[in-house]
Amino acid sequence: MKVKRLLITLIILGSLLVAPTDSTMAAGDELSGTIKEDGSTSVLPLAEAFALRFMKLHPRVRVIYGGGGSGTGAKDCAKGQVDIGATSRELKISEADLISYPIARDGVAIIVHKDNPVDELSLGEVARVYAGEITNWEEVGGKSGKIRLYSREEGSGTRDVFESKVMKEKDISGRAYFKKSNGEIQTAVARDPGSIGYVSLGYIEGTKALSIEGVKCTVESCKKGDYPLVRRLYFHTKGTPDEPVKAFIDFCRSEEGQKIVEQLDYIPLTL
Amino acid sequence: MWGAVAIVLLLLLFIIGYILWRGFSSLSFDFVFGPTTEGGLRAPLVGTVYIVALTLLIVVPLGVGTAVWLSEYAPIKGRFAPFIRYTLDGLAGIPSIIFGLFGAAFFVYMMIGEQCILAGALTLACLSLPFMVGAAEEAIRSVPKSQKEAALALGATRWQVTWRVVLPAALPGIITGAILCTGTAIAETAPLLATSGFSAFTPHSPLDGCRTLALHLFYLATEAPCTGGVTHEDLVDKAMGVGVILILVIVILNLLMRFLSGRYIARMRGGK
Amino acid sequence: MPRYLVDKISRKAVLLCALASFFILVLIVVFIFRDGMAGFIENGIGAFLFGTDWSLKRGEYGVGVMILGSISVTLGTIIIAAPLSITCAIFLAETAPPEVREVVRPAIDLLVGIPSVVYGLMGMVWLVPLIRDHFGGGGYSLLAAIVVLTIMVLPTIISLSEDSLRSVPRHYKESALALGATDWQAIWRVLLPAARPGIVSAIILGMGRVIGESMACYMVIGNAFAFPSSVLDPSRTLTSNIVGQVEEAAYGSSHMHALFACGIVLLVFIFIFNSVSFTMRRREG
Repeated sequence: MKVKRLLITLIILGSLLVAPTDSTMAAGDELSGTIKEDGSTSVLPLAEAFALRFMKLHPRVRVIYGGGGSGTGAKDCAKGQVDIGATSRELKISEADLISYPIARDGVAIIVHKDNPVDELSLGEVARVYAGEITNWEEVGGKSGKIRLYSREEGSGTRDVFESKVMKEKDISGRAYFKKSNGEIQTAVARDPGSIGYVSLGYIEGTKALSIEGVKCTVESCKKGDYPLVRRLYFHTKGTPDEPVKAFIDFCRSEEGQKIVEQLDYIPLTL
Repeated sequence: MWGAVAIVLLLLLFIIGYILWRGFSSLSFDFVFGPTTEGGLRAPLVGTVYIVALTLLIVVPLGVGTAVWLSEYAPIKGRFAPFIRYTLDGLAGIPSIIFGLFGAAFFVYMMIGEQCILAGALTLACLSLPFMVGAAEEAIRSVPKSQKEAALALGATRWQVTWRVVLPAALPGIITGAILCTGTAIAETAPLLATSGFSAFTPHSPLDGCRTLALHLFYLATEAPCTGGVTHEDLVDKAMGVGVILILVIVILNLLMRFLSGRYIARMRGGK
Repeated sequence: MPRYLVDKISRKAVLLCALASFFILVLIVVFIFRDGMAGFIENGIGAFLFGTDWSLKRGEYGVGVMILGSISVTLGTIIIAAPLSITCAIFLAETAPPEVREVVRPAIDLLVGIPSVVYGLMGMVWLVPLIRDHFGGGGYSLLAAIVVLTIMVLPTIISLSEDSLRSVPRHYKESALALGATDWQAIWRVLLPAARPGIVSAIILGMGRVIGESMACYMVIGNAFAFPSSVLDPSRTLTSNIVGQVEEAAYGSSHMHALFACGIVLLVFIFIFNSVSFTMRRREG
């Protein structure tokens, strides 16, 4: 009786282990192998979409990726643990020795609650708000009320870009609410009337994206380069990549890849 | 006093009820078994089963072995047995996030080289070892001495007594311990953050990264990017759905444990 | 294989199993301290423990805020949870009719097994907006963490305290009643003091669990790096700090060292709790 139960359990487990993969089995094709990548969570949805499409085109290739953040992406790539490290910022000096391939661009929007009367801020004002020097909305032309800051955690590429392009020398105030993802900040700002946050361009729904230095934050203005807070998203490799990694990166940067970029509300590389 | 209790119980019921209510609507066949890259739960489901299976594979033999040593082979007057018990108590008290750090430093970076299911399972095994030993030891100690002595009298070696008399008799209790460890493995998230990897693809081998359902819930609620028209609200709904599954699994495991304990007590009293 | 050989091998095998638990503990301590001490050295022990700056940009790490956060959350939780749990435990052990107990006790045991992320999710979705709309602040706050953790730790303390109360010999209470005490007096003056070691032990265990709770805490506490000026302000604990950054920190970097150092501080707290519990148990005899 016990043996029978054990056998049944093992059979169930076994069948789950050989569960269908997420790619279709199609006729033969020269490219095969495994591509491992990890890194930035901002790049993640893009990486997923790229991988899915690529695996459909080349069924014998498997793309595996993890999250971990831009820092992890660069480090793991340098150590050779992954073939591709994805970051949403440029490499730091300590991370050099990797070859960088830009694969898309992304805008960083400064968002506030929909009902907030403030429509635009200058870069300097945003920096002072986030540094804790401006603490009340009326100081920047809004209704009186405490400003609540929302920021990303350390190690986030989005935060890195925000700090280098906006904060510059100043530090983000310790009084901010630190969240782990664009989505969380989006939700929090959408609900909190006194809030301000920064997110990737695809996350402004439900909130109001401020115009920075007089430029509205849209895909168009980012494409044209008018909007000041635009950054590149990168795949990095250690040394020149071989197949199928090279084919994958070429795919991402090709017209078809860039179409995927646009579908996901990122900004394609070419103008 | 009734008031205080009523508040507490109502609160707890409310929490469970809310999740069940809100999460239930997210549960559809597509959601639960669909590929994770399109928002389904296939990868975390397989990942959870995989990790739990590996964890049990490691912790059950280790735990039962330790329990056997503690109850059968340890010198009675020596201080070694209490020392090992004290160690196990210490392990039980260590917060799960510390196991996560340890697992990352030791299993991932020193031994295996990458975040994978195996690393996660090893970490969870370390975490649940004290509980397995506790359950197994209780089970083994409840075996009536008369049975052991009878076997010895018939000329069996110590090991034969253990293997053929004690362990089979203690089996329900040991299974209870295994179920307890299963529950722990399913519920724990912190130890896996840095050890089991995060892939949304269905794992094929123990060296692949994967997610468990609990990790996936955390991911949906906090880190998941909103792609393709999905809003954060949708993600939270999905997280609730995962919560429902988790709660149901825990309830089933709990009932199983009760059933086994009841059967076990009856068996023991029957003096087989 | 001859029987005696099997016997010999198996003897060694189970001994190895038992030693494994010891080795695991040693390994944990070694590896946490290995990276953690690097964190302490890189920042200076005093600067790390009392510093209030945590900046990846400048490579300076200080956990003053986190230590305060952990302590505040733990104390806040225990102050609310302890009386509540003990009351429930007394109810379950003494006053409740057996049918009620049959239902409630398994329910409480079940609640101990619910994953912490589920509690955290509820906190995020339901409690945080509630606090923001009715009490002020951003919602993510010390208060949210205290409430969620109280709910999480209640089942643990209740079940352990109830066990403790039940293990007090019947005749203690009966003698008190025989001498003319009311039910309540018997409980308050005889039963509780008798069960005190077990109850205190349960509370300290609860404190250990609260300070070690990472996921649910992270999801509702807001994770700010400044000292909270009120219970409605966000804060950060040692555990939520690790959860928030462990995925993004590259192993071997000073960032990771600092996180491991947080782990050391956490272990020190656990050690203190355990020692207190041990000494109290010793004294009660």
